Amino acid sequence: MFRFIVRRLLQMIVAFFGTTLIVYALMFAGQGDPIQALAGERPVTEAQRAYLTEKYHLDATGVGGFFYRYFDYLSNLLRGDLGESLTGRSIGEILAAAWPVTIKLALIAIAVAVIFGVTAGVLAGIRRASIFDNATLLLTLLVLGIPTIVLAPLAQYLLGVKWQLFPPTAGADPDFYALLLPGIVLGSLSLATALRLTRTSVAENLRADYVRTARSKGLPRRRVVSVHVLRNSLIPVITFLGVELGNLMSGAIITEGVFNIPGVGFNLFRGIRTEDGPLVVGIVSVLVVVYLVANLVVDILYAVLDPRIRYE
Amino acid sequence: MSERSTAVRLRKPRSLAGDAWRDLRRKPIFWISLALVLLVTAMAAVPGLFTSNDPTDCALSRQHAAPSGGAVFGYDFQGCDTYARAVYGARASLLVGALSALLTGAIALVVGMLAGYFGGWVDAVLSRVIDIVLGIPLLLAAIVLLKRVAADSATVRLAAVIFVLAVLGWTTTARVVRSSVISARQQDYVAAARMLGAGNGRIMWRHILPNALAPAVVVLTIALGTFIAAEATLSFLGIGLREPTISWGIDINSGRVHMRESATPLVVPSTFLALTVLAFIMLGDAIRDAFDPKLR
Amino acid sequence: MSQPTPASATPPGGHLLDLRDLHVEFRTQEGVAKVINGVSYHLDPGETLAVLGESGSGKSVTAQAIMGILDSPPAHITAGQIRYRGRDLLSLSEEQRRQVRGREIAMIFQDALSALNPVFPVGWQIGETLRQRLGMSRADARRRVVELMDLVQIPAASKRLGDYPHQFSGGMRQRVMIAMALAMEPKVLIADEPTTALDVTVQAQIMDLLADLRRDLDMAMILITHDLGVVADVADRIAVMYAGRIVEHADVRSLYRAPAHPYTKGLLDSIPRLDQRGGKLATIRGLPPNLMRIPSGCPFHPRCPYAQQVCVDVVPHDLVLGDGRTSACHFAQEVRDDRTR
Repeated sequence: MFRFIVRRLLQMIVAFFGTTLIVYALMFAGQGDPIQALAGERPVTEAQRAYLTEKYHLDATGVGGFFYRYFDYLSNLLRGDLGESLTGRSIGEILAAAWPVTIKLALIAIAVAVIFGVTAGVLAGIRRASIFDNATLLLTLLVLGIPTIVLAPLAQYLLGVKWQLFPPTAGADPDFYALLLPGIVLGSLSLATALRLTRTSVAENLRADYVRTARSKGLPRRRVVSVHVLRNSLIPVITFLGVELGNLMSGAIITEGVFNIPGVGFNLFRGIRTEDGPLVVGIVSVLVVVYLVANLVVDILYAVLDPRIRYE
Repeated sequence: MSERSTAVRLRKPRSLAGDAWRDLRRKPIFWISLALVLLVTAMAAVPGLFTSNDPTDCALSRQHAAPSGGAVFGYDFQGCDTYARAVYGARASLLVGALSALLTGAIALVVGMLAGYFGGWVDAVLSRVIDIVLGIPLLLAAIVLLKRVAADSATVRLAAVIFVLAVLGWTTTARVVRSSVISARQQDYVAAARMLGAGNGRIMWRHILPNALAPAVVVLTIALGTFIAAEATLSFLGIGLREPTISWGIDINSGRVHMRESATPLVVPSTFLALTVLAFIMLGDAIRDAFDPKLR
Repeated sequence: MSQPTPASATPPGGHLLDLRDLHVEFRTQEGVAKVINGVSYHLDPGETLAVLGESGSGKSVTAQAIMGILDSPPAHITAGQIRYRGRDLLSLSEEQRRQVRGREIAMIFQDALSALNPVFPVGWQIGETLRQRLGMSRADARRRVVELMDLVQIPAASKRLGDYPHQFSGGMRQRVMIAMALAMEPKVLIADEPTTALDVTVQAQIMDLLADLRRDLDMAMILITHDLGVVADVADRIAVMYAGRIVEHADVRSLYRAPAHPYTKGLLDSIPRLDQRGGKLATIRGLPPNLMRIPSGCPFHPRCPYAQQVCVDVVPHDLVLGDGRTSACHFAQEVRDDRTR
């Protein structure tokens, strides 16, 4: 187990350097005017130009200069110094304010996926080919096929504006109720995937040899399903949900943008819209790290859940 | 359990394609999604068939005006015909979807073929590359890549979106190709062809490619749907296609901003987009189910 | 169907386990496969019955029918009785059936790696029934599990309780399966190809262990196998199955000395023998029948060197050959007296 974690940790460090290098290279390499690239099409004031030049060491040139700047960027990133956005606010402070909201939203979404997706998936898996199974399959296909940019505004319009069941936008300091509708919208995709995954996994495990063994031990069907089958079936589901939690934290750009939730995705959304280069670079860099860490945690979780991996 | 497998093995052999077609023919979802795909394709090819209005003929005097003339869904915030814009929006979506899928297919076939056919270290390296690319969050990477495209030219933006989607989206298909190449390589006729002196290139092209093509096309059908959704999302965010190109994503975003005044300009392109994406995904899903009886 | 009772007379109070004219079919999309077609056999306390046949002959399905663990659909028991201590198991409710499983009749399976749950420690799996069905405390169950693991000769049992199935060797895993089946001291143990997945040397150890345990714990055992070589030392009687029927039924000695069914003869001839060097190993020609279209008459006739027209037309009944032997062959006497092997 220890060796597994160490190996996985080393892999993550390699991936971290690789990914940040790619992000950095894509952002800055080969630009005509790197400052203009950061600022997009906005006019750049002299003060901003001076700040960016100093911040990103844009006066150094060539490949050496590139790596110099990359490691500088990396050490800033590791120290948590993400610099300032074009509006002059500290990106670190922006993120510090945004994280709690995003995490709350992601947790609501995951809760929705677990409560409805996993439960329905288990039922569908047990009653494969039943009406319930076919209905949920069709429903999940619908959910999977409708893009978030359709689902989020429509839910906002129908449930928020027209029928006024939920607050249509969240505002500065959103409470649980204000985050509920966005959470459901955000979670619906994870719900559908979790449901399908659970269903397949349960259906496959129900046919496994060890289920026959458990039955021949004279265990009640309830116990066979709820202990033997579930414990095996939920391994891929929990792994998926872990990866998904990482995705949700970084991927709530649309939902947070549409519902005006001041989370990380919202700030990224605004950064893109206002062409605030430093803000986008800073947030993307942090999200990449979050994503990598989430993947590491999931891999370790997988090893904890499945003894066959643990001892490899 | 051995008895059961015997019973299954002993059934009358039938062709897989024949079985799949018999299965598909009875599925209403297959026919509905196929009809929708054909409809949207026709819309993209000859939008004039569906509306006689010009989607770029906008006048602020008609802002959110009620339906009139050919404008069955009325006018949007800019005073453009909502329905005509939705019809003309099909072209960009399908173009991006189809070309990304083609490019994806090309990358996936090359990578999957090399990895599956040669195996060994080639496979090891390519599989790692697939793992890495698969691990990149699509939206974040697309944002990073597309931020660099400052040009406003419609063609350049279109090409950029297609390129970005293909570069990030080829991995699933490559995996499918790789595994079908591996199973095809082990078939007797491939060994026979090799013994008859056929070169690697010829074996790959004549004997293995046809086997890998069908499963790849199924995955690409689904991918086409997700590419259309991704294009709309990027355009929605303002980093994909831009005005004056007509895209559902752009219109959904502007409809969203003004939904309190009138919801129709939001609902109409949303419906077009959702139905198109659904049609491709359901079509691919139905075909895949028919060919993969494992969990039927 | 009036099948004469073979091998031994019915003891007073009836047999321990008594199958009568069992019929099972698998209803699938492709059609109905008649997997078991009138199987009757019985088991008395303390004896070992070997059920022999190729895969697809219905031997495992019969065992699963006795256990009541056939998957339905596709399996349907269409006729027959399975009497255990005089009670027909097929007439019991599922809950009553469940009480019999494990406690009265237990089963061990072929591939212990897939038959054991991969995510639970073996100690937990062996002790599960003790805690769940006998209501033992954790500590008591643990003590009993160590006893059981000692009983099946797993070394350092108390240290290996927390290990997972994949950490054991094939032979040790099969011992874990056996310990699990013995947990509730069943009266009947069904062993479904217990050694097929194992190395030859380990096979012998497991067979010896099973024979010893059967004697020490005074159980009756049904040993299902496709390997005639395995059963010779262990079994008292042998029932040979083909296409869902019992084609020959005899005590071990007589069957080995002079098989009375061409199929049994074919099986015996295909065992490599030390006393016949050189020469070609005989095989049974052809393939097992498609259970959706079982041949007319005697189902073995397309593969049988003795086949005549009567074999195509008439289903052979069990022919009683004395010594409690039966054979479902029109030419049973001729086959038995044919010493060409």
